[in-house]
Amino acid sequence: MSAVETTTPEKPPVRHDPARGGGSRGDGGLDDGGPGEGRGPVPGRGGRKPGTGAGARARAGALPWLLLAPCLGVLLLVLGYPLTRLVTLSFQTFGQSQLWGFQAPEFTGFDNFAGILGDGEFWAVVVRTILFAAGAVILTMVLGMLVALLQQRVSRWVRTLVNIALVASWGMPVLVAITIFKWMFDSDYGVLNWVLSRLPGVDLIGHNWFASGPQGLAVIMLLVVWGAVPFVAITLGAGLTQVPKELEEAARLDGAGAWGVFRHVTVPILKPIIVMLATLSVIWDMSVFPQVFVMRGGHPEAEFQLLTTYAYDRAFVVNDYSQGSAIALITVVLLLGVIAVYMRQMLRIGEVE
Amino acid sequence: MTANATTPAAPPRTRPPGRNKAGRNKAGWNVLGLLVFLVAGFPVYWMLNTAFKPAGDAIDPDPHFFPRTFTLENFHRALNIADFWGPVGRSLLVSSVVVVIGIAVGLLAALAISRFAFRGRKIVIVGILAVQMVPLVAMIIPVFLLLNDLGQYDRLSGLVITYLTFILPFTVWTLRGFIVNIPKELEEAAMVDGCSRSGAFLRVVFPLLAPGMVATSVYGFIQAWNEYLYALMLMSQQNQTATVWLSNFSTKHGTEFAPMMAGSTMMAVPIVLLFLLVQRKMAAGLTAGAVKG
Repeated sequence: MSAVETTTPEKPPVRHDPARGGGSRGDGGLDDGGPGEGRGPVPGRGGRKPGTGAGARARAGALPWLLLAPCLGVLLLVLGYPLTRLVTLSFQTFGQSQLWGFQAPEFTGFDNFAGILGDGEFWAVVVRTILFAAGAVILTMVLGMLVALLQQRVSRWVRTLVNIALVASWGMPVLVAITIFKWMFDSDYGVLNWVLSRLPGVDLIGHNWFASGPQGLAVIMLLVVWGAVPFVAITLGAGLTQVPKELEEAARLDGAGAWGVFRHVTVPILKPIIVMLATLSVIWDMSVFPQVFVMRGGHPEAEFQLLTTYAYDRAFVVNDYSQGSAIALITVVLLLGVIAVYMRQMLRIGEVE
Repeated sequence: MTANATTPAAPPRTRPPGRNKAGRNKAGWNVLGLLVFLVAGFPVYWMLNTAFKPAGDAIDPDPHFFPRTFTLENFHRALNIADFWGPVGRSLLVSSVVVVIGIAVGLLAALAISRFAFRGRKIVIVGILAVQMVPLVAMIIPVFLLLNDLGQYDRLSGLVITYLTFILPFTVWTLRGFIVNIPKELEEAAMVDGCSRSGAFLRVVFPLLAPGMVATSVYGFIQAWNEYLYALMLMSQQNQTATVWLSNFSTKHGTEFAPMMAGSTMMAVPIVLLFLLVQRKMAAGLTAGAVKG
């Protein structure tokens, strides 16, 4: 790559903050042992064609847009339009009669939002959703990290076994996973009640886990975590192989214990991956839907409602599409902060390629 | 990071570091590893175990952890309880078409953002990343209305259109990850040797990209295959896809656990096998900066 760099000195070879280099290397992942300068700023040298003149460069100016056109066109249709519609809907009245065209939708300003925000149940749902997502994310990240660390210490055959289990639960279709958990947690024939009842002093035979919201949601959280840990563990595991052994060794010589090495060496190096995984998990766990919906047979009780099912209920059960949209929009706004953090991280990773 | 040790899967981190690599130490870790294997793998095992044992054994108050008799009766029943091949065929069709369109359109876009410098590139990247983050549930109401307007409600083509919402951004971003891992010099060397830009791409980059494209396709296929919400909302009973079929049949016929697990097995095993094939490749792509599990 260095040869090319000297022939096209249009941009300075190092564009990004060199202080970040060490941290970002951890997630580079596929750096095939190439020399450091191999990760030059790709974008800077984009449309150059060796041995061609200014005409070619002008063509390159339009070419990327030409390549992007079909993709952007499709996205505009399938995402741009609905997103715009989501916003307008939330400022209108739109119910059954508007859907069938008997009545034109009417703009009502912030009425929908005022109605929702003034509703005590909505706030209960928000708190429940945040607690649920926080619990799931923390559990997923902690367990994922522990499994990744453990995977480095076990024998090869154990590692292979664990990997098989991880990949199997990762690849399990969500619907199948829900069905299995429903079966395992069944009040009468569920294997879990039986196993737990073997423990001294525990009698859970016939116990219905879904009789109360908190317990039922805990089961659902377990299901979500079971499906999410493999992705985190495997990605972090890939990252851990990038942590330079010398650094850990040096820290140990300086008197750091296992925890110290982890805190002061491993975590800082893995930070980009950790941030990426954590933000992704927040986004996914805030938008959990089929797990609750299917577990509760399509009609989640009030104490099972999360923001997603709540919006769905408003729209399709009560047939108030505008309130449903407003709730969905509030959910997206709640997520925006997290999305921003995620994208910043992704763009940083993009810079170092 | 302090809330550990609540589950059996959590290895105590306070153990002395395995500095001198004593075999004794390793044995301890191995036991923990086996525990993780058991806990993570148990639900899968329990599905298979139930699917292959007689339906009566499934609802025995004392569960059988090893099937005493193997039977395929549950599969037979699952296939007959409701139409099985119809939903599966529809899922296959929709997922394949979505992936073909996604790869074709996504590859061009991925090339644009990974091989060219142009004004607005960053905005495009941010846009593609952002749309990937919008929860599907938030979109369901307007998508439902859009398809209604287009006359695509309860049509497989309508489902294909909506699945592009999540397949396309994912495909672009993942392919981008694979493309940036192919050194640009290879292309440039080919062009120095007289290839045109597209010639260089077709002869040099494309073959190197093929495994990544296969992995991305399989992955996208699985995502489309697994989708539940849109399939439930946008399709009627007689046009349902495989995932909806699965959830239907658990409630419609009471709870016949053994056939239900047989149905789950039929849904899961092909997907997990496909997943196993591409998992390593995808993990590599993911750590390269691509995303979405």
